[in-house]
Amino acid sequence: MAKVVLVLGDDVSTDAIYPGRFMATVLPGETPQYCFADMTEFNTRLKAKKVPPESVIVAANNFGCGSSREQAASTLKGYEFIIVAKGFARIFLQNSANLGLRTIICPTIEAAEGDEIEIAAAEVVNMTSGARFAVVPLPKARQDIIDAGGLIAYARKKVLEEAGKKRS
Amino acid sequence: MGMTVVEKILARASGQRVVKAGNVVEPAVDLAMSHENAALVMNQFAEIYKDTGLETKIWDPSKIAIIFDHRVPAESSKTATNQKKIRDFVAKQGITKFHDIRADEGGICHQILPENGYVRPGGVIVGTDSHTTSHGALGAFSFGIGATEMAAVWALGRVLNVEVPGTIKVIVRGKLREGVLPKDIILHVIGKLTAEGANFKVIEFHGDGIASMTTSGRLTVCNMTVEAGATSGIVPADEETARYLREEAGVSDAAERVAPDPDAVYSQVLEVDAAALSPQIACPHTVDNVKPVGEVKDVRVQQIVIGSCTNGRLDDLQAAAKILKGRRVAKGVRMLVFPASWRIYKDAMRQGVLSDLVEAGAVVMNPGCGCCLGVHQGALGDGEVALSTTNRNFKGRMGNPNAEVYLCSPAVAAASALTGVITDPR
Ligand code: SF4
Repeated sequence: MAKVVLVLGDDVSTDAIYPGRFMATVLPGETPQYCFADMTEFNTRLKAKKVPPESVIVAANNFGCGSSREQAASTLKGYEFIIVAKGFARIFLQNSANLGLRTIICPTIEAAEGDEIEIAAAEVVNMTSGARFAVVPLPKARQDIIDAGGLIAYARKKVLEEAGKKRS
Repeated sequence: MGMTVVEKILARASGQRVVKAGNVVEPAVDLAMSHENAALVMNQFAEIYKDTGLETKIWDPSKIAIIFDHRVPAESSKTATNQKKIRDFVAKQGITKFHDIRADEGGICHQILPENGYVRPGGVIVGTDSHTTSHGALGAFSFGIGATEMAAVWALGRVLNVEVPGTIKVIVRGKLREGVLPKDIILHVIGKLTAEGANFKVIEFHGDGIASMTTSGRLTVCNMTVEAGATSGIVPADEETARYLREEAGVSDAAERVAPDPDAVYSQVLEVDAAALSPQIACPHTVDNVKPVGEVKDVRVQQIVIGSCTNGRLDDLQAAAKILKGRRVAKGVRMLVFPASWRIYKDAMRQGVLSDLVEAGAVVMNPGCGCCLGVHQGALGDGEVALSTTNRNFKGRMGNPNAEVYLCSPAVAAASALTGVITDPR
């Protein structure tokens, strides 16, 4: 079971998740400090470690729209958030799979801050309201990367395979 | 069943005869572009090779382009240090398509690529920047990816696990009226499709309104397709593409022209009557909040921005100068101009376009992303309103979440600079 700590609407942009003015900070380990930096109160709670890992952010359509900046995924990954949204923007969804940030596509999700939810492969159950919502599985192309433990591991395997081919 | 342009490009690049929307392919990459975020790509690239015992070597350094544009000259020691590390990497790996902060080679990545002939019709281009969609203007399949994905491209020379996108066909008919520009077409299309209406799709452009448009206008149009969520935009290469490559990009070999099959399958068809279009405005805080300029009443602005990869080309600056020449920017308004490249800057300088703008009160900045992404140069104050020819108006985009950004064409921006309120240029 996981707790919903933030509920957002449509079109949450990468500028909202990780404002452009902090883009000089690139390394994944350094990005969490600027997570939702313009939502001062939430950012302060995050930095004070008041939000436990595997907390849930619920959003509507087109979460992560805008820039391709990977900081938007790494900053959320830094707190081990689970993002349950009605839909995601393409590059953000791909970056999330690549970095191991959990994203759940749940087109009808309804939840309020403080609700407890249960996430299974096929559905999300809102334990507080009792409502159940179907999950759309990630495309196989992305699931394969997640199953490999992220794109670094996935690509490393391919690089080694090709080096082996060249040698033999 | 026929193929769309992007399906044909992806079939060729992945060594298959036919691919269809939804197939997963690993296309070979013709050009892989990064800007300052190459610093992160380098980090992830090293991670891929960690403990493999293999040498960290880019698959083909001649196919990598790195352009400094996002924070030029460096706004902080952190950026300067990252840029320095990238220069060292470029030298070590033998990357030749490198554009440093110099007036003889620099500019915004999405202008540098086409004007240097790096973009070829029918090619596959990836960039660690969402507006990599721009290069579809020359008939390439060009899309944005994340830094880790780019690191895998540097290692392998292909993009892993790409789902072939479906295609939306947009047909633009008729001739734009005086004072209406390509920017107005794409703003209108985004308003119709919404900010996620083209998510996971490509927008393929057709019609006499596109055929008669210059490559500069097509770059504006394709640049903003990502604002409808699109993977990319594409204009099938034609006579104009060949002309641009020959005359403006110095490419002598003939362009390959990939056209869609007559029975290609589209997920949606949208028709635009260009002749009926009026200047458009995207209102805060989403790009799809689009209205005809006549419906945006009494909006006072403090900052006008003309430039960026969307509208910082010579014709954009000329359109603005035509309106501003011999006049003055209204009191209380700051006008900032960011040419998209130094080549454009110098052309505009020689033609007297820059002096017309400066005499009118505009501040001409160095080519680069400038205030577009809110890192440095031209941030907004609390409660201020900007009118900009850039491509995004998200909350906080110009460096201040307590400010508002409206988007428009260079003609609307220039006309509004004279009055201090959002104004129809006609
Ligand atoms: S000008 Fe703006 S949109 Fe274009 S590449 Fe630079 S930051 Fe991105």
